[in-house]
Amino acid sequence: MIDWAPLILTFKLAIITTLLLLCIAIPLAYWLANSKKRIKPVIETLVSMPLVLPPTVLGFYLLIAFSPANGFGQWLNENLGLQLVFSFEGLVFASIIYSLPFMVHPIQSGFANLPTSIREASYLLGKSRFTTLWRVLLPNMKPALLTGIVLSFAHTIGEFGVVLMIGGNIPGETKVASITIYDEVEALNYGTANTYSIVLFVITFLILLTVYLVNGGYLKQFWK
Amino acid sequence: MIVAALHKKLWSSEGEMNLEVEFSLEKGDFLTLYGPSGAGKTSILRMLAGLLNPEAGSIKVDGKTWFDANTKTNLPPQKRKLGFLFQDYALFPNMTVGQNLCFALSKGQNAQIVEELLDIMELRAMTDRKPDLLSGGQKQRVALARALVPQPEILLLDEPLSALDGEMRSRLQDFILEAHQRFNLTTVLVSHDVGEILKMSDTMLVLYEGKILKRSTPADFFSNKAVSGKFQFTGEILDITQQDFIFVISVLIGKNLVKVVADESDIRNLKIGDKVLVASKAFNPMIQKL
Repeated sequence: MIDWAPLILTFKLAIITTLLLLCIAIPLAYWLANSKKRIKPVIETLVSMPLVLPPTVLGFYLLIAFSPANGFGQWLNENLGLQLVFSFEGLVFASIIYSLPFMVHPIQSGFANLPTSIREASYLLGKSRFTTLWRVLLPNMKPALLTGIVLSFAHTIGEFGVVLMIGGNIPGETKVASITIYDEVEALNYGTANTYSIVLFVITFLILLTVYLVNGGYLKQFWK
Repeated sequence: MIVAALHKKLWSSEGEMNLEVEFSLEKGDFLTLYGPSGAGKTSILRMLAGLLNPEAGSIKVDGKTWFDANTKTNLPPQKRKLGFLFQDYALFPNMTVGQNLCFALSKGQNAQIVEELLDIMELRAMTDRKPDLLSGGQKQRVALARALVPQPEILLLDEPLSALDGEMRSRLQDFILEAHQRFNLTTVLVSHDVGEILKMSDTMLVLYEGKILKRSTPADFFSNKAVSGKFQFTGEILDITQQDFIFVISVLIGKNLVKVVADESDIRNLKIGDKVLVASKAFNPMIQKL
């Protein structure tokens, strides 16, 4: 029997990261989709950076920044009691940055694809920006939201480099499934590595399949 | 009751254009903005609605300032209390017809108005349907009903019927006219359709490249322009082709394509997309039972 802790930790990390990302990405994507400010290209670039940057680069800088030996890391530790290096909180933070484009991009294009007239119509009916966002815009871009949620979730499950750099390998705290697989292979326990791999493979396959089925409308026939 | 002076630099397909208009409207007026594409009709409507900001000028409604560039007053669209119909209907796809109407209720407003409008616009049978399942004419009736829920005093119509065909168009014109009279609205319509303008409005502004060329009644404007001919139709040029020494102009009149022969001097100031009057004087039309 395998140790389930790494898998549970992986999903806990993915769920928390996805929920926090959703809260961050909606306002950010809304701003990116509507802003004409000059700084927008810079922000867009920063959001997309994790797509191209090796995870180790990101992990390295986060490690440096959060290190208690460092001014910022020390400040976090003293004032907020947060130690972000080699801790679960640190993993969540790193995962949010690492998966940011996977959440922001679908939501941003979801906003951009909505006709401007429905937003304007809502304003003209006297509704505030927030009411419009919550009751008109978001409900009409559910496929985009679902894509963002699932991609971020799946991408967090697949994280390796960042976690290794900033989280290390602490059982129950930062030892997620992808790290465990690497560990087992190093120790030549191919059987255990295989079990973890199959579980990840099957789960991510099912998650992605669900998105394509839902967004492609294949499931509509069943729940209409 | 509405006094507007609007200035703004706009970019149309033909380059930069200065929109510079001043006009006023009395309560209960039905005004049409008429002119070629890119003349600034929709921009004027959007400025009245607060969806587009003029660079200079002012908008005053019933003595209240909605916009004033000098004092930097700019009432947001939420506070302007006007109804707006979009070309693409702008219904909320996630809500049913009934929910679309109820969404428009303001806090504490009596929902009786929704019931009343469902009846007036003959939407009773489709209250629980989503907009996707409605025809264009039905959608625009829903949009009209929804725009009237907050009981606005001003209704702005941005070519609301351009996507509809003949019969549906005419029915919706009746609905709009009924709403205009019943709720004592001041209405501004953007339209290209001569028949529609004659039927609906009592005043029109003719716009060209951001300026008002003329303000008159539709009957005066369209009859002055007309030739005294036995047969006359307005249409749009779809194509001009040269054949030997003559030119053949294809004109779309209603749903029919008509070919008219012209010589070089005729086509000099005509181009594809122009609105033209096709008239015949010398021939007797033949009539035949089909």
